[in-house]
Amino acid sequence: MADWEGVRLHVVTGKGGTGKTTVAAALALALAAEGHQVLLLEVEGRQGIAQLFDSPPLPYEERKIAVAPRGGDVYALAIDPEDALLEYLEIFYKLGRAGRALKKVGAVDFATTIAPGLRDVLLTGKAYEAVGRRRTGRAEYDAVVMDAPPTGRIARFLNVNTEMAGLARVGPIRNQADSIMDLLRSPRTAVHFVTLLEEMPTQETADGVAELRAAGLPVGAIVVNMVRRPPLRPADVAAAGSGRLDRAQVAAGLAAAGLPTDAATVAALVHEATDLAERVALEEQERGTIAALGRPTYELPWLTDGMDLGGLYELAEDLHRQGAA
Amino acid sequence: MTPAGQGRAPVLEVDKILDDPMTKIVVCCGSGGVGKTTTAAALALRAAERGRTVCVLTIDPARRLAQSMGLSELDNTPRPVPDIDGSAGGELLAMMLDMKRTFDEIIVAHSDPERAQQILENPFYQTVSSSLSGTQEYMAMEKLGQLRAQAEAGQAPWDLIVVDTPPSRSALDFLDAPKRMASFLDGRFIRVLLAPARAGGRAYLKVFTAGMGAVTGVLSKVIGTQLLTDAQTFVTAMDTVFGGFRERAERTYTLLQAPGTAFAVVAAPEPDALREAAYFVERLAADAMPLAGLVLNRVHDSAASDLSAEQSLVAADRLAATTSHPMVVGLLRLHAERMQRISRERRLVGRFTAAFPKVRIARARAQASDIHDLDGLRRVAAELAGTPG
Repeated sequence: MADWEGVRLHVVTGKGGTGKTTVAAALALALAAEGHQVLLLEVEGRQGIAQLFDSPPLPYEERKIAVAPRGGDVYALAIDPEDALLEYLEIFYKLGRAGRALKKVGAVDFATTIAPGLRDVLLTGKAYEAVGRRRTGRAEYDAVVMDAPPTGRIARFLNVNTEMAGLARVGPIRNQADSIMDLLRSPRTAVHFVTLLEEMPTQETADGVAELRAAGLPVGAIVVNMVRRPPLRPADVAAAGSGRLDRAQVAAGLAAAGLPTDAATVAALVHEATDLAERVALEEQERGTIAALGRPTYELPWLTDGMDLGGLYELAEDLHRQGAA
Repeated sequence: MTPAGQGRAPVLEVDKILDDPMTKIVVCCGSGGVGKTTTAAALALRAAERGRTVCVLTIDPARRLAQSMGLSELDNTPRPVPDIDGSAGGELLAMMLDMKRTFDEIIVAHSDPERAQQILENPFYQTVSSSLSGTQEYMAMEKLGQLRAQAEAGQAPWDLIVVDTPPSRSALDFLDAPKRMASFLDGRFIRVLLAPARAGGRAYLKVFTAGMGAVTGVLSKVIGTQLLTDAQTFVTAMDTVFGGFRERAERTYTLLQAPGTAFAVVAAPEPDALREAAYFVERLAADAMPLAGLVLNRVHDSAASDLSAEQSLVAADRLAATTSHPMVVGLLRLHAERMQRISRERRLVGRFTAAFPKVRIARARAQASDIHDLDGLRRVAAELAGTPG
């Protein structure tokens, strides 16, 4: 059984450069496997999802973007805050021409710029709407995956209620914020963190987890991305780390392979192993920090050939194998 | 071994720039995650230890790096960095940008006390000053202008300012933010909100008969009347200080174009970072900003570069079949990985150099661990200057 049964909204965050969008897409694929319908949401207007799936830029419209392993579909939507506001006004106020007038004078731009909290309500509101949407008697999507803002901003982004409280005390936007908050605080939501085995991303992950916990928001899994498996045996890594690699043995091996055995070459190879040992030691330290967070943790490999569509399916399979979906 | 492309890039002579008394400002810019803050700190430290009196303005340093420079808190004031080598007569002061406080100071400086109070207490000001996109970039430029003015007026000791730029998604944000903020505060809707305050009741009526009544009516329905009134008050109050804002942004912009400024575009040998660097180099040229060169961090190298990736892999496979030297098999595969990485990096940098053959480059090798002490900064700076210890 997968770790996230019952979760309908998966929010994926991570420090810039950790591969947050890639992991969100891989998770969507994994969740869609075996005949499920999953919506992948992009909220930052970067069109990263389109790039990842080799598709033209996404319009403000849900589009099927990939077929999952063993049947199932992933749909994608890039939410534009302006369009989301107009859609919202249309639904609640039947504005028609007045709505377009708002956009024309820049009121929509103004409203979403001056009150970032409002923008966040609109973005999370779209996810809320998609989670609750029903079609022919059942939920239209089995799960919604959101490629969310980075770790440094995630708690604020999701804590729409507090953000709006300072600005709108009553009114429909306030009510909307309240309903969204109910979903976000419930076990139907999980916020997953993507990190690397490096100091800054791990530190930010720990800070982000603490912030979410303080805000009463559900912390999901930690996904450690781009993990490189050392080509050296652990004992050799340890030996390199403590300067005990036997240079005579190295020279003998090189000779056996028909390679130059001069001291400079031997020293260079040993030095490279020492660098690796240092990196591995630091990675172990970061693994400890991550483990101390006490959340399910998945590791995804560094893809030597770079990221492409095939790699995405590989990562989805990896997530599935580790129980993420 | 000098692969095509790399040999042709002219060298960025870091010391020459740092030592030149005409160099007053060094701006380190580039996309996020390429070691911008570390580069700024390293260059500032080197300049100080070579005799300059330097103020380094950092935006969001890693905690341990900040601590190593004695920056335990965000207090918007440059403080002397302890434990630097002052034997050449130099000094290093460091500060972290406090965006909100910088914004507050501008408001106070540009309006009468009553109006300033009104703005500072407005709920919109609270959000705008802490989270409007571009505010951080704008405030970094503002602070730079202030630090420079202090030095010119003889109120501060530094003769060189090194600035780190905010960790924006795009390096261009740094140059665009002030304009974006200006255009936002000058937008059509803002003018509508301002109309009653600027021209009195008649203009108010006129605007509203043109259909704006419906617009603000709808807005107040959606976001609430209180919210709209707050927004209106805020915009009106900001309008009075805004002239000063724009003037200052323009002054700082001119300052950046002056010959005493040196832009260092920071990148790592990775596709995204180099693409950003290329955009930025083009943009600096278009805006007539003085580019010193490209700082390339995290460059990999090998002392056994004669042993190619292919050779190593073939040898490793052959050796693995004999099962007699498993450790050396690992070493050879590790070396192959490294050589592959080096050739990928060289290819990428070669492409950059082909597009910008005149851009000077300084390189620092990839460090096995993150840098969080002065010795680490010294090491990086020495590599950039081409004098590794």
